[in-house]
Amino acid sequence: MSHDPWVWIAAILSLFIFSFLYKDNPFYKFAEHLLVGVSAGYYLNIYWYNGIYPNIVQHLTKEHNWLYIVPLFLGLLYFAIFIPKFSYFIRWPIAFLLGSASGFAIPAAFQARIMEQAKGTILLSPSSYHSPLAFFNAILIFIGVLTVLSYFFFSKEHKGTLKISSKIGIIFLMIGFGASFGYTVMARVSLLIGRLQFLLGTWLGLIKY
Amino acid sequence: MLQRTIPLALVFIMGILTTIQFYIPHPISQEFYRTTIDWMNGISSMAIILAIGSLVKHHWTKVSRGQNVIYSSTTLIALTAMALIGFIGGIGQHSLFQKLFENVQIPLQATMFSLLAFFMASAAYRAFRAKTFEATLLLLAAFIVMIGMIPLGYFISPGISAFSQWILDVPNMAAKRGIMIGVGLGMISTSLKIILGIERNWLGG
Amino acid sequence: MREFFIKLGKIDRRVIYGIIALGVILPLLKPIGLPENITPPVKHVYDYIDSLPAGSVIILSIDYDATVLPEVHPMVLAVLRHAMVKGVRPIGLGLNPAGTGLGLDAFTKVGKELGKKYGKDFVYLGFKPNVSATILGLGENIRKVFPTDYFGTPIDSIPMLKNVRNYNDIALTISFSGSSLPENWIMYANARYGEKIACGVTAVMAADFYPYLQTGQLVGMIAGLKGAAEYETLVNRLFKKLGLKRPSVIAIRGMDANSLAHVLIMVFIILGNLAFFAAKYKEEK
Repeated sequence: MSHDPWVWIAAILSLFIFSFLYKDNPFYKFAEHLLVGVSAGYYLNIYWYNGIYPNIVQHLTKEHNWLYIVPLFLGLLYFAIFIPKFSYFIRWPIAFLLGSASGFAIPAAFQARIMEQAKGTILLSPSSYHSPLAFFNAILIFIGVLTVLSYFFFSKEHKGTLKISSKIGIIFLMIGFGASFGYTVMARVSLLIGRLQFLLGTWLGLIKY
Repeated sequence: MLQRTIPLALVFIMGILTTIQFYIPHPISQEFYRTTIDWMNGISSMAIILAIGSLVKHHWTKVSRGQNVIYSSTTLIALTAMALIGFIGGIGQHSLFQKLFENVQIPLQATMFSLLAFFMASAAYRAFRAKTFEATLLLLAAFIVMIGMIPLGYFISPGISAFSQWILDVPNMAAKRGIMIGVGLGMISTSLKIILGIERNWLGG
Repeated sequence: MREFFIKLGKIDRRVIYGIIALGVILPLLKPIGLPENITPPVKHVYDYIDSLPAGSVIILSIDYDATVLPEVHPMVLAVLRHAMVKGVRPIGLGLNPAGTGLGLDAFTKVGKELGKKYGKDFVYLGFKPNVSATILGLGENIRKVFPTDYFGTPIDSIPMLKNVRNYNDIALTISFSGSSLPENWIMYANARYGEKIACGVTAVMAADFYPYLQTGQLVGMIAGLKGAAEYETLVNRLFKKLGLKRPSVIAIRGMDANSLAHVLIMVFIILGNLAFFAAKYKEEK
């Protein structure tokens, strides 16, 4: 069993959270509110030391690069939200970030999510594939992508060919969702394994690594 | 003017210029691009004011009204303490700040999410039914991936793992790609709507 | 028999919780040690790092937080061990504020374990809040995005970063995440600057990244605790070959529990369905 008081604090707080499995209780609520407070204090420091100070303040105070008054001014406008009369000024920094991020996203999304994906779907001549199975897989991928896209095509009623195609699309979608679910089981179980490894190993010393 | 026109103009100008610079790599557009990405991190950092301010306001109001005094005070005290510890003692590997992060924040956050394993098992037991053809297909794919992804599956037969990997590589990939292309088109159209001022929800009330 | 299944369908949720807890605890206490098979996406990441000449620089982006710690943290530790033992120099940075301390812990721990020197063999730059601006900025000039490291040291006074300016000097970027954040690395760093990208993601996210693997936009992927266990296995083999002490294998140790829990959940789904169809049959009758 650990003799480190920090490990004991971590273990007791973990048990407070686990107590929710029985039912909601004051220990869980305390732990929940403690987490919110500690996280907020943590973020405040990280944003100051890793963001505001090196990316704005330092440029002004050490390098005397007065151009950084612009981001400082825009950033300070976030405070406007707490002054009801001038709260609309918060839209300015949001507009700057939203406009820039949207502009960056357009060519990037087009290239990475559409062009490259379309290229990966295009069927080549059978000789381009290293095996008959690879060619079969490529056909399946081609059909799968097109039929899934047709399922999400809502501008026309799903009748005739579109109905058949969207039905095939559903089959691919269901297999995809099933695969995601299968993986999700592993993800959720792994989180529990991690906590139990801490409680049984680091805290109680019942597991050796 | 200050309330709507300037923000809409700002979003339009920034959106158009940052899109254009991708296609016109002129020295001026490059300088504009570098300056913009440099400023974005600074401005984004200051958004923390908004988050912390709103949190403090919410809990302060609760305390002053006498609602949930103990819990809201816990949040406010923890926030103040953690903030002061970091600002006074620093945030290095051996600081008290890092110790609190490792032994309070990590266990609380990690344990909270580990509860999902129980909820997921219970939900799978109660809701995962092979009611229709589609549901049965989903269930079968899930079973194959589940058994194929664990060492036990490979131990029983390497073929199970190989089949599971094929499901992920081929039909799953085709489905996810279809969704991805759809989402990509959605991202582009939403970005354009924001830049052109058609989508204005971000302006709020 | 039918009545039994119907009754089984009304079982209290806490019984299910108890069975799952036992199913995880028992294999942790008494591991069976089932062998780990290596899947191609994990092998590709390992091989890529393995092929880099000593002195190469890679980025490990800590884009996760404690909510996915048991899955992703072992991957970071294993990749760091692999890189450092091969003489590849990792840069740590992050796009998730809650992961900053986790990255700091991993870099310090592995650096100390392998006797590596901060600033010469590895460096930790910390967090930046704007995802697209940070990723794009690294393609232009790392000094503009990170004027200082996590500890406030000016980047120009760090020997390892003397000749590192942008992605041209960075052989690979691996984004470790519990969300879709690695897609941003693909969209901005790979598509615009041609940077090689790999990812270490939670199992929840893994299925969504297969399209990027097929197109080569991702070099490889480490997925979930299973992926972490596979990477640990590969690193263990390397350490054994080099005559080094075996590092801790937290993910491998968790895989037996993972196997049993999976079997239990499959049994639950089957029993749940039997209960459902038994009740339906009775209703119809």
